[in-house]
Amino acid sequence: MIPAAAVAVPVRRTVTLAPVLLVAPLVAFMLIFYALPLAAMLSRSVSDPTWTLENYRRLAGDTVFLRVFWTTLRTALAVTIGALLLGYPVALAMSRLRRTAAGVVLIIVLLPFWTSVLVRSYAWMVLLGRKGLINEVLIATGLTDTPLKLLNTSLAVHVAMIHILLPYMILPIASVLRQMDEALPRAAAGLGAPPWNVFARVTLPLSMPGVAAGVLLVFVLSLGFYITPALVGGPRDFMLSMLIAQQVDLLNWPYAACLSATLLAATLLIIAVFQYLPGVRDVLKTVPR
Amino acid sequence: MNIGRFWFTTLWVFVLLFLALPIVIVALLSFSSASYLTFPPPAFGLRWYEAYLGSREWLASTWLSLGVAGCVVVLATTLGTLAALGLTRLRGATRAAVAALIVSPLIVPGIIAAIGIYYAFSRYRLVGTPIGLVLAHTCLAVPFVVTSVSASLAGLDRRLEQAALGLGATPWGTFRQVTLPLISPGVLVGALFAFITSFDELIVALFLSGSGAVTLPRRMWDDLRFEIDPTIAAVSTLTILLTAAILGGAHLMRRRGLFAER
Amino acid sequence: MDAVAVPVVAKTVEFQGASVVLTGIEKRFDTVGAVRGVSLTIGAGEFLTLLGPSGSGKTTTLMMIAGFETPTQGDIAIDGSSIVTLPPHKRNIGMVFQNYALFPHLTVAENIAFPLRQRGVDRVTRTRMVSESLRMVRLPGYEARYPRQLSGGQQQRVALARAIVFRPRLLLMDEPLGALDKQLRESLQLEMRRMHADLGITFIYVTHDQEEALTMSDRIAVMNEGRIAQLGTPEDLYDRPCDRFVASFIGESNFLSCIVVGTEGNMVVGDRGGTILRALTGSLPSAGTEATFTMRPERVRFADAQFSTTRTNRVWATVTETIFAGERRRYLCRCDGGASIVVKEPSSTTTRRRMEGERVELIWSISDTVVV
Repeated sequence: MIPAAAVAVPVRRTVTLAPVLLVAPLVAFMLIFYALPLAAMLSRSVSDPTWTLENYRRLAGDTVFLRVFWTTLRTALAVTIGALLLGYPVALAMSRLRRTAAGVVLIIVLLPFWTSVLVRSYAWMVLLGRKGLINEVLIATGLTDTPLKLLNTSLAVHVAMIHILLPYMILPIASVLRQMDEALPRAAAGLGAPPWNVFARVTLPLSMPGVAAGVLLVFVLSLGFYITPALVGGPRDFMLSMLIAQQVDLLNWPYAACLSATLLAATLLIIAVFQYLPGVRDVLKTVPR
Repeated sequence: MNIGRFWFTTLWVFVLLFLALPIVIVALLSFSSASYLTFPPPAFGLRWYEAYLGSREWLASTWLSLGVAGCVVVLATTLGTLAALGLTRLRGATRAAVAALIVSPLIVPGIIAAIGIYYAFSRYRLVGTPIGLVLAHTCLAVPFVVTSVSASLAGLDRRLEQAALGLGATPWGTFRQVTLPLISPGVLVGALFAFITSFDELIVALFLSGSGAVTLPRRMWDDLRFEIDPTIAAVSTLTILLTAAILGGAHLMRRRGLFAER
Repeated sequence: MDAVAVPVVAKTVEFQGASVVLTGIEKRFDTVGAVRGVSLTIGAGEFLTLLGPSGSGKTTTLMMIAGFETPTQGDIAIDGSSIVTLPPHKRNIGMVFQNYALFPHLTVAENIAFPLRQRGVDRVTRTRMVSESLRMVRLPGYEARYPRQLSGGQQQRVALARAIVFRPRLLLMDEPLGALDKQLRESLQLEMRRMHADLGITFIYVTHDQEEALTMSDRIAVMNEGRIAQLGTPEDLYDRPCDRFVASFIGESNFLSCIVVGTEGNMVVGDRGGTILRALTGSLPSAGTEATFTMRPERVRFADAQFSTTRTNRVWATVTETIFAGERRRYLCRCDGGASIVVKEPSSTTTRRRMEGERVELIWSISDTVVV
């Protein structure tokens, strides 16, 4: 029997180098072509002409900025609420349908999702133009004599943005509803609750993580939206992203950088706050794409 | 059916129509024979498809977008797959930091990323070049690749790799014969998303295209701002079909599960 | 705690097994010592089982032999040469996992041929060896199936075929039968025992199921909290457990505590509230200390004047519970001193079943009593 005294053997170090080597190319790539460019641009907000926070101070009193910021906020809010009101019923219906029917509805929800934002915005230009479908129908049915100005209005921006962002609201809610235990609403009904109460007291509260995730996605995306407001909006729908683009065209980098930093900060802040709500993080992970 | 049920059903059917209608309209418009934006179209024809196919500029942009997207697929899939493999083996703060960097393009608003890239790329002299577009689009596409491959890897049983090693396969042999075949669906889905991300991308292209590298979305945008004729409808319909086919395929693949039946 | 001689097992073929020596193996995860000071010599061709509850370190030890964990201290030698610095794919050891780890994207034949491909075996030979192994595990003709088309037992047999097809000298198995139902498990246990005899290679088997260990092994190393509690043949461990843990983990045991009065030769004499008991022992506890005597339930009988009085221990007790369990009867009895004793006797129409509340004298042989 070999004595139990340990024979000293040098411990073989497990190779932890390999994973670092695997991620290094991508990390280097993204630092060079994404992160550093972003950082360099943003630093123009505090480095021009010398290190200073002057630009931000001016921003606080800048009426143009404040007006645009307010426009962006209220548009985002309106779009989010609209998407919630229209999207929740669809998600609810999806969760109640049988597999094949639910699959069809899913495709209908995903199809516009798969179309580029540009094409969808263009579609609304077609629908809302003076000779567009809506006006033709209104004239044909005699509801109006002359074509209404529907395009380049706030209405157009809201409707188009809701249309484009609706799937981002529907998918998280549907995902949560689908995973909900079917026995719970049945138990509530069995205990004597009428359908509305079952919904209000059981289904709705349990779907909150999905609602929160959807609200987060739609609101954050609305804040930074550019293409749609630029195409279908009017002068009163000048969003923050458009202001930024305009300033870059004028080569006004410090100002553009300030605006960008503000928008980015607002986005990150909202995301951070929402991440701490219970259940939201898990829902965001399960949403496809 | 009671009254509540009726209104509920009406509501969600209406929303579905609302979702689908605009796209259907665009498709119908592309077959219109009129030369201006009007609905309903007076007659049907393939006039605008001919206009698209006969236009040198439109075709050049199409080829450019396809070429850029192709390069992006190769670059993003390679970098992204490697990174996903490394990411699963990292822990703690390093992992969180790397993951945050990789996912950041999904979080940073498009306009900010676009002008940041534009800011640096003008100094790199990459504006108006296809290469600049490839590099920028790769950054935007990579999060999708990494997410998809990571999901595949998460479902991969570690013991399969251990079994392969124990049976005598070298670490590289294990990767080639066991890991790669089993994550290939994830890699493929990621590649498809990378393609679409690049092909449909507009905001970065607005700044980076310049005059030398006008992508298809960028040309559509210019056309929309300045002269609206239904050629755009034809182009849109074609891109809708392409995108739907690719993403529909990816969707089906994901439904099929982790490994394909041979 | 080690049996002095490594038992020689009769083989139908000559020894092709590897000898394995673990010396002072330790494995620490952060501050948790999963394996502490394990030393073990496994003979060529032996069937050795690492037996223990979860967390005892048995799987970690196996993983270190396989190469998927590195010992923080100590050495592992196979056939005399140290393998601690060898990566797993160079160790040439067969391995079977609990969840089989069959490659889902390959057919049964491709799975089994996998190790042969890595070793550069040509296609013709591969095909032949694959059908041979499939015949050996009694699944002929299953080459073209995919793992998901097989039942649990079939998958396990394919995993086994894959692990031995390249003729390793050592086979490691990590609870391979854990996911199967009882009957399947028992028939596969017998098959593995048969394969071990046919192949002549060394088997190291990990399980928490003591019945399985007792059935299949040449020797068993019982592990607890990272150390080997006892190493020996199944009979050694069953009849002479060295401590309370081994006595309760393997089979069922009764425990009686008493005060040591003295020794007589290799027996210890203990006093339990007036009753004198004797037990066999390896160590000699001093008078006045407390000792625990243990005996197996099936060795305890009701006194029917069948035993001679000198070589037995006797206590009086009252039956508190009787259970009929098919092939045997099980009684729970309370001794006068307060302790409970379980008695198991084969059920039979000729012996009388004892009633609850009945006063009985329990009697068992001294050679069945051990100090732990």
